[in-house]
Amino acid sequence: MTAPTLEVRNLQTYFFTRAGVVKAVDGVSFSVGRGKVMGLVGESGSGKTVTGFSIIGLVDPPGRIAGGSILFQGRDLAKLSEEEMRDLRGNRIAMIFQDPMMTLNPVLRIDTQMIETVKAHKKVSTEEARQRARDTLGMVGIPSPDERLKAYPHQFSGGMRQRVAIAIALLHEPQLIVADEPTTALDVTIQGQILAEVQKLCATTGTSMIWITHDLSVVAGLADDIAVMYAGRIVEKGAVSEVLDKPLHPYTHGLIGSVPSRNKRGEALRQIPGMTPSLLNLPLGCAFRARCPRASEACIAEPIMAEILPGREARCIHPHLDASEAA
Amino acid sequence: MSDAVIPAKIADKVETPFRRFVSEFAESKVALGGLVVFIIIALLAIFAPWITPQNPYDLAELDIMDGRMEPGTVGGAGFTFLLGTDDQGRDMLSGIIYGLRISLIVGAGSALIACLIGASLGLLAAYAGGRTDSVIMRLVDLQLSFPTILAALMILAFLGKGIMNVVIALVLVEWAYYARTVRGTALVERRREYIEAAQCLALPTHRILFRHLLPNCLPPLIVVGTMQVARAIALEATLSFLGLGVPITEPSLGLLIANGYEYMLSGKYWISFYPGIALLITIVSINLVGDQLRDVLNPRLKK
Amino acid sequence: MTVYLVRRILQALLVVLAMSLIVFIGVYAIGDPVEILISPDADQIERERAVQALGLDLPLWQQYAVFLTKALQGDLGRSFVYNEPALKLILQRMPATLELAFGATIIALIIGLPLGLYAGLRPEGRFSRVIMAGSILGFSLPTFWVGLMLIMVFAVYLGWLPSTGRGDTGTLLGLQWSFLTWDGIRHMTMPAINLALFKISLVIRLTRAGVRETMLMDYVKFARAKGLSPARVTFVHVFKNILIPVVTVVGLELGSTIAFSVVTESVFAWPGMGKLIIDSINVLDRPVIVAYLMMIVLMFIAINLIVDLTYSMLDPRVRLESKGT
Repeated sequence: MTAPTLEVRNLQTYFFTRAGVVKAVDGVSFSVGRGKVMGLVGESGSGKTVTGFSIIGLVDPPGRIAGGSILFQGRDLAKLSEEEMRDLRGNRIAMIFQDPMMTLNPVLRIDTQMIETVKAHKKVSTEEARQRARDTLGMVGIPSPDERLKAYPHQFSGGMRQRVAIAIALLHEPQLIVADEPTTALDVTIQGQILAEVQKLCATTGTSMIWITHDLSVVAGLADDIAVMYAGRIVEKGAVSEVLDKPLHPYTHGLIGSVPSRNKRGEALRQIPGMTPSLLNLPLGCAFRARCPRASEACIAEPIMAEILPGREARCIHPHLDASEAA
Repeated sequence: MSDAVIPAKIADKVETPFRRFVSEFAESKVALGGLVVFIIIALLAIFAPWITPQNPYDLAELDIMDGRMEPGTVGGAGFTFLLGTDDQGRDMLSGIIYGLRISLIVGAGSALIACLIGASLGLLAAYAGGRTDSVIMRLVDLQLSFPTILAALMILAFLGKGIMNVVIALVLVEWAYYARTVRGTALVERRREYIEAAQCLALPTHRILFRHLLPNCLPPLIVVGTMQVARAIALEATLSFLGLGVPITEPSLGLLIANGYEYMLSGKYWISFYPGIALLITIVSINLVGDQLRDVLNPRLKK
Repeated sequence: MTVYLVRRILQALLVVLAMSLIVFIGVYAIGDPVEILISPDADQIERERAVQALGLDLPLWQQYAVFLTKALQGDLGRSFVYNEPALKLILQRMPATLELAFGATIIALIIGLPLGLYAGLRPEGRFSRVIMAGSILGFSLPTFWVGLMLIMVFAVYLGWLPSTGRGDTGTLLGLQWSFLTWDGIRHMTMPAINLALFKISLVIRLTRAGVRETMLMDYVKFARAKGLSPARVTFVHVFKNILIPVVTVVGLELGSTIAFSVVTESVFAWPGMGKLIIDSINVLDRPVIVAYLMMIVLMFIAINLIVDLTYSMLDPRVRLESKGT
């Protein structure tokens, strides 16, 4: 066992708004091993995207990292200066965004946007940078990269744009890629292609990855580990196969139950009642209490993250332990 | 742990929309200051005859011997010309306060008339749709594609000078802003359920238009209206400065400034300077109020 | 594209026609045409002869046809005051107005863009608040009064700059331009700044709004995530995006700058078209008024047309969208 590529400990990212402090990420801990894919799952507003931005150091005011540490290859990213952080960004740590239609600058050509990234971290000539850009585009499966380099983003389809974005992330062969729902906006077939490419790349280059998504089926096929977030906290984590097979936390349980599945044809879809609570106004105790079918008086006390089964952690007083209860 | 997250502001839901509006408006001290200043200016203008040391229109009260006195000089009539006198011996302070009257009447009056015409046409366009809508909106586009000063010049070139003609010119220049604003809002409101309900009840059209549709278009109309009053005052001053506006017998601020133009080159700054300051304060105070109104009344900016 | 071009030009022609009708009705129907078109010094017989010569006894639509035909031939009447073709007078004065308007536009961009950029990047900063307060002032200040104050300070008290006139001119393309001589530039400085004042505020506001909007875009965050320097993010990724709308608006504003130069030219006695029109209105030299209005309408529509067309060529996205609809 070597040291993990990334280890997040008790990360707290707060937004200091006029209406109060929003604890978007409140005490999140997890680690990602070399070459591993970690799925970070949750609903909108659960804090998963903010976690991603905290790692890459792009939390904008009024938000900031209020506590905890982000150890990347032994260095604490939370303590780095902006200058040091910028050196890592796009170089050792890269990020892929959700909407490929929005991530490329519409008024700059693809070559400009790729070459500037190469030159931001390596002292090379423009020609060498172009060479690198062309190679990377070819690597992510873009045909005739020479021509495509001269095009503007609007001349690409959504899937192609996301490939370009992935190529940009790969330019410097990073140790870690934070991918924020990179396939959500794409067609299912394109999604499949891109997932396959990404999996291949991670396996061959040893790049670790944090895959942020709300889509459990993507995580099931791609990730090694999973962490489920709810209202700024991780409520359950463990190996993907185990968590999806036998969820411990009622929230995870509900999430899995909400996935439309062929096995339950004709049956009404299950759902989690209610809405994600406002982070400004969290209830006392377990944040999921109000929507939880297993909630009791005891849940008014804040549950802690605990190892409930070997290698399985959850933040719940009433975990699903009985195998027959599982979805 | 989570009890620390209880919001700092506990929403008091009892407040009425109006009180909420007032308190949100008062959040900006600058805007509040603007409002106070504007009220003072309006009061000065309204009570001008009782405040000013001199009636600047009454030639009998003027003494040509007092002409072009510096600020602070004591004149023949025995009172101090705080802001000096113009070439005819008119007390500048009195002239400015009376000038404010003309400026405000022309500005607010034209804005009001333009608002009535523009809002009605905008409502009609939104409600009738089809050909009526496209004819009205083509006119609006045409009007808005020309700078106000040019359109006003054109109209005054045809009509000649005079207060009424200035008002007509300002109305013709401004109505389109109101029409566009009201039509935009009304188009959105028209699709709302309460209008459908009113139509189902077979209420008369004018009732639907003015009792149901119009009140809901008021917030943007108020914002545009405030800004347009400031614009109208500035435009009137400009036209008068160019000699195309109000007649010399009833000078507005713009004309007062124009009168001082030739004397300024010889260093007699006050004849142009102080009316300009009065004009500036008036316009800025209205704009400050309008800016804040826009922020408070614009639902898109609400968080 | 060709269809779009043809349709757009046809539209423009239609507006010109409509405006000519408005001007025609303004001059011939509202005012007394005899008074407008014939010198006030003419006696009764001269008047009647003129009425016939001008075809004022014909029905209105025929008169309009005559007016239009003559206008198309470039004949917009003769000035009473200068006894020269009105159109020629206008064209003589045009370079002075154009260079003033261009000078003002350039000043507005040079001052407005950096200030707007700064205010957009640091919206809460103290200096940004000062900039924004200044821009409110720029919108509120009556142009003519600021012009007077400029004269008072820089010409009367400090004596740094000449107060009125155009100064020495140089010749370029057979026309007289002030910006070619040092004296001319000195004369142009104050009027150009005065005319630019409103536009500076406009550019500041547009730039600031654009920057704030663009900063929130994913592609800016992505650019930062690539590890680019803040300078590169700001000046390439953000700036290039806001430049298109700002330049478009400023281009569109050129027409209104030319119109507003009426005020500035009057204050600084700048011998351009604007000064001419005000003088003409004051002495009721109506052929010149008509010629000016028609010229400026034409200019306006031409500017709108050019901006529309270049914009659709510059930004490929616009072209695609307009094709779709």
